[in-house]
Amino acid sequence: MAAIEILGLEKSYMVGFWRKRPKRALQPLHLTVEDGEIFGFLGPNGAGKTTTLKMLMGLVFPTAGSARILGREWTDPEVKAQIGFLPEQPYFYDYLTAHELLDYYGQLSGVPAKDRKRRIDEVLTRVGLTDVKGLQLRKFSKGMLQRAGIAQAILHDPKLVFFDEPMSGLDPLGRREVRDLMEQLKQEGKTVFFSTHILSDAEALCDRVAIIHKGELRGVGAIEELTSSVQGKVEVIWQGMQVPASMKALGAECHVTGDRVRAVIAENQQDAAIDALRRERIRLIAITPLRTSLEAYFVEKLQAPAAAGKTAGVNG
Amino acid sequence: MNQRIGHIARNTFREAVRDRVLYNLIAFALLLSGAAILIGQISIDVERLVVVNLGLTAISLFGVVIAIFIGIGLVSKEIEKRTLYTVLSRPVRRWEFIVGKFFGLAGTLVVNTFFMAIGVFGALLYVAHKFSAADAQILVALYFIVLEFLIICSLSLLFSSFSSPLLSAVFAFSLFVIGSFADDLRGFAGMAHGFTRWIATGAAYLVPNFSALNVITSVAHQQSLSMRLVMQNTLYAVFYTVMALSGAVLIFERRNLK
Repeated sequence: MAAIEILGLEKSYMVGFWRKRPKRALQPLHLTVEDGEIFGFLGPNGAGKTTTLKMLMGLVFPTAGSARILGREWTDPEVKAQIGFLPEQPYFYDYLTAHELLDYYGQLSGVPAKDRKRRIDEVLTRVGLTDVKGLQLRKFSKGMLQRAGIAQAILHDPKLVFFDEPMSGLDPLGRREVRDLMEQLKQEGKTVFFSTHILSDAEALCDRVAIIHKGELRGVGAIEELTSSVQGKVEVIWQGMQVPASMKALGAECHVTGDRVRAVIAENQQDAAIDALRRERIRLIAITPLRTSLEAYFVEKLQAPAAAGKTAGVNG
Repeated sequence: MNQRIGHIARNTFREAVRDRVLYNLIAFALLLSGAAILIGQISIDVERLVVVNLGLTAISLFGVVIAIFIGIGLVSKEIEKRTLYTVLSRPVRRWEFIVGKFFGLAGTLVVNTFFMAIGVFGALLYVAHKFSAADAQILVALYFIVLEFLIICSLSLLFSSFSSPLLSAVFAFSLFVIGSFADDLRGFAGMAHGFTRWIATGAAYLVPNFSALNVITSVAHQQSLSMRLVMQNTLYAVFYTVMALSGAVLIFERRNLK
């Protein structure tokens, strides 16, 4: 069963003062997120990521389309008991302490009173806020608020978690902790859907990603597919500072860095290159397929004309 | 009561209790009750009348200010600060949120009224040295003041569901002022003719009739209030509150939270 099925959700806002006219914030979006995967929703600021998330959360009403979450209509209130949501730059009731906040959200999510205290203590430990659980949120730093936000999103042990820019406001250590937490959630069998414009986070975490730009889906796929060796080239690295003539003869583009040489050759010349290095008694360090980085793919999709981008790579 | 409504109401009450502005208003109202004692002491033979009049008026006015001041921010502040996102992404229906907020604010006002009423009764005991049977009517006046607060709360919530806090405050306070002169407006409608009569009559019955809920002068003069009036005012306040809350829910159910 798919965790999320977005079936043509679209959103237009009326703009203008006197003569109102519709402005499309999101083109009809079709997307499927499988159960148990970490799915990255990528796009630059203003691409439509938050609008999509708000529609799935029932905060904004779509102009058209529908969605199914965990096999039910997304408007079904019972679905919400099984999902967690961290909004972008979360702000909470600052007169509450972290413990009171989680207790309130636990009540609203229907966590039984007998389990609530244990769950609160568990998630506070998990996000590293145990020491400040009695502190009012108005005294929290931005990073601490983000951690409180993550805690409330996973408090009720949801099957599916939506994170909107979860790394925002976190220092490098905090970002690492959130990445670890998302991987733990996946290991626990949960589905994680998160939006970000930080590609390194997506590349490190996601099973699959979707790229959205100007309200339009530009591409969907597994990270390995999107960063595959599309150029049919391999990278050969060996120890030394010299480039043998036999390697030059293969048409290798070579770069010397320190005591290593990095050469890019055609994939079908891989065996010939290995033989050439052996003949010269040169120590081979690595041969790896040359991959397109996610960043290169992302930039390509953003620069592609709308219609072209939509067709290429869409398999979700 | 629906459990989620109870949780939202409790949190709203907690927010109001922890709001420092509320304490300033309560302190000011208690100060006014204290002033009533002083004024009562220099008012020969009418001490009771002055204390009841000033004390109940202070409770009513400050309660209305609190109801409007907090009520207008109940929804708009949650949208503006985006605290609503993490509430509505849980199994909470939008109408439950509005009703919970209403009960939270109404509860705050009932508790405030209770403590301020203790101040008024204390002042009364101080100037009159004892309570009389007629003083029981003060409880009826206090009950009507609470009914007035319920209407103001629901109206503040209604305006807050679609307007900015500033405009909501202007609308709610204007309606309070007009509603306080609802009897005069009905009198004017009775004297007018033609189209003006229709408009004035419509307006007179549309605005909340706060003048019917204001029995402070009667109570201060120890006039007795009929059970019929209590019933009428209760039904009226409940009806008006339900209508205003329904309007707030209808608007809020369709609102996009940008």
